[in-house]
Amino acid sequence: MYFTIKKECALVPDFPNFNPVKCSPLAGLSAPRGGIALQERPFGGKVNLRGNADDQAFVDAVNGVVNCSPPTVPNTVATSADYTVFWLGPDEWRIHCTEDVRYALITRLQGALAGQHAAVVDVSDYYVVMRLTGDKSVEVLNKGTPLDLHPRAFPVGRCAQTRFGHATVLLRKLEDNVLDLQVRWSFAEYVWLYIVDGTREYGD
Amino acid sequence: MLIVTCPWCGQREVTEFGYGGEAHIARPENPEQLSDEEWGDYVFFRKNPRGVHYERWVHTHGCRRWFNAVRHTVTDEFFGSYKPGEAPPTVPVSKG
Repeated sequence: MYFTIKKECALVPDFPNFNPVKCSPLAGLSAPRGGIALQERPFGGKVNLRGNADDQAFVDAVNGVVNCSPPTVPNTVATSADYTVFWLGPDEWRIHCTEDVRYALITRLQGALAGQHAAVVDVSDYYVVMRLTGDKSVEVLNKGTPLDLHPRAFPVGRCAQTRFGHATVLLRKLEDNVLDLQVRWSFAEYVWLYIVDGTREYGD
Repeated sequence: MLIVTCPWCGQREVTEFGYGGEAHIARPENPEQLSDEEWGDYVFFRKNPRGVHYERWVHTHGCRRWFNAVRHTVTDEFFGSYKPGEAPPTVPVSKG
């Protein structure tokens, strides 16, 4: 039985003095056990990009903005100094960046792709990223996902969209036993508590 | 655990997928010229075979792409997956 502490940041738009506040769906939730750590990542920019990877003009335009080509190998990640580009589909990618360059990235992408058959959508507020670390992290994760997480099938540097419980998640393996889970904002509490529940057997 | 092969993501468990029914049903070129019976056939009637079935799947929890697969409806054996527009794989005669 878990008790969810009342979210401290419940906000009521006090129009006309509407002052939006960043609100984490994970504030005050119980922590995992057994040497497993789960932490929400700082809020960052997330941009969905769609376009034709066979079109050199599209690849060049994206490359000119994020300094790496959108990966064409399924379930891989491309990185540059400021950006991480996830493969989501044969014509779809998600770009992560820090919050301060979020709007600049969108503006520059829109400018570079003007006139092309492409789409740039800001989904920064739509997803929450949490990082799972610890010796048992893969074991815990496999309680909710059917994905083969063995290093042979899911090596460091790969990403994969899969299912965790009832939620769709985007996994990224950064190091052995260090995994990022990106999940929809409204599913974040569910996934968090699912993982915490999964760590109970490993003790305090 | 039933494993379905996504043409893009590879082997994944069936719970990541959605099922889309029979594949290769072409929309009639001239629907206004069809009789009610022909239109009814197009909309409602499916093969429902006991054996090899060409069907549509969508990788809902993965790359969210539609693709086609060939499956035996009795044994659940998959004979291959292929992207839209590609030719279906050949099914061994003994399985057909």
